[in-house]
Amino acid sequence: MDVLYFAWVRERIGLPKEAVETDAKTVMGLVEELRAREERYALAFSDLSALRVAVDQDLTDFDASITGAREVAFFPPMTGG
Amino acid sequence: MRVIVQKGPFDGGSELNSFTAAQSNMGAIVSFTGIVRDVSAGLKHMDIEHYPGMTERALEKIASDAMVRWDLGDVLVIHRYGRMQPEDSIMMVATASKHRKDAFEAADFLMDFLKSRAPFWKKEQTLTSDDWVASKQEDEDALKRWSHS
Repeated sequence: MDVLYFAWVRERIGLPKEAVETDAKTVMGLVEELRAREERYALAFSDLSALRVAVDQDLTDFDASITGAREVAFFPPMTGG
Repeated sequence: MRVIVQKGPFDGGSELNSFTAAQSNMGAIVSFTGIVRDVSAGLKHMDIEHYPGMTERALEKIASDAMVRWDLGDVLVIHRYGRMQPEDSIMMVATASKHRKDAFEAADFLMDFLKSRAPFWKKEQTLTSDDWVASKQEDEDALKRWSHS
């Protein structure tokens, strides 16, 4: 699946998008895998209360299923308007 | 209902005129325009990042929720992304209704949800800093007043 990062999450990880092979069943499972990769991921995902997640472009929460998902995106709380 | 996500500037006056001209038998038009404001007296520019695809979906959902909830003839949402200077228009919403109460309330609802449920992120560059704008708890709290209907 594609994993996308926006705003400071993108800056901290250092890329906007990457293809990830995962057996994780939930967003949280994917976060654990990413955290274990490298320091920059651990840092970006250190405080989940500062993050929001969308699965296939719908806002959801960290215990949501990602089975069959094409796209998971991580970003800070939105500041539109 | 029309949702536009664009990089370039828009002319709020002519957008509002076209929106108004397209209505028939609507007694009330309300519009809101958001403008880049120099909060700390030193803003060079503002960059707005967004999530192409999800942005359009989220805005269409917010606009159609408003159409269901209030008696509206039409809704217009325009939101820019990319680099903006102080005094530039960032976004606008317009609502058309037979009655002013529906038009006002729906515009207020649209703004509350655009603030914290549409995937846009603002970054402000000043003379001394380059920071992502933090979301405000009051913006999140503002959504709660729409949860009872």
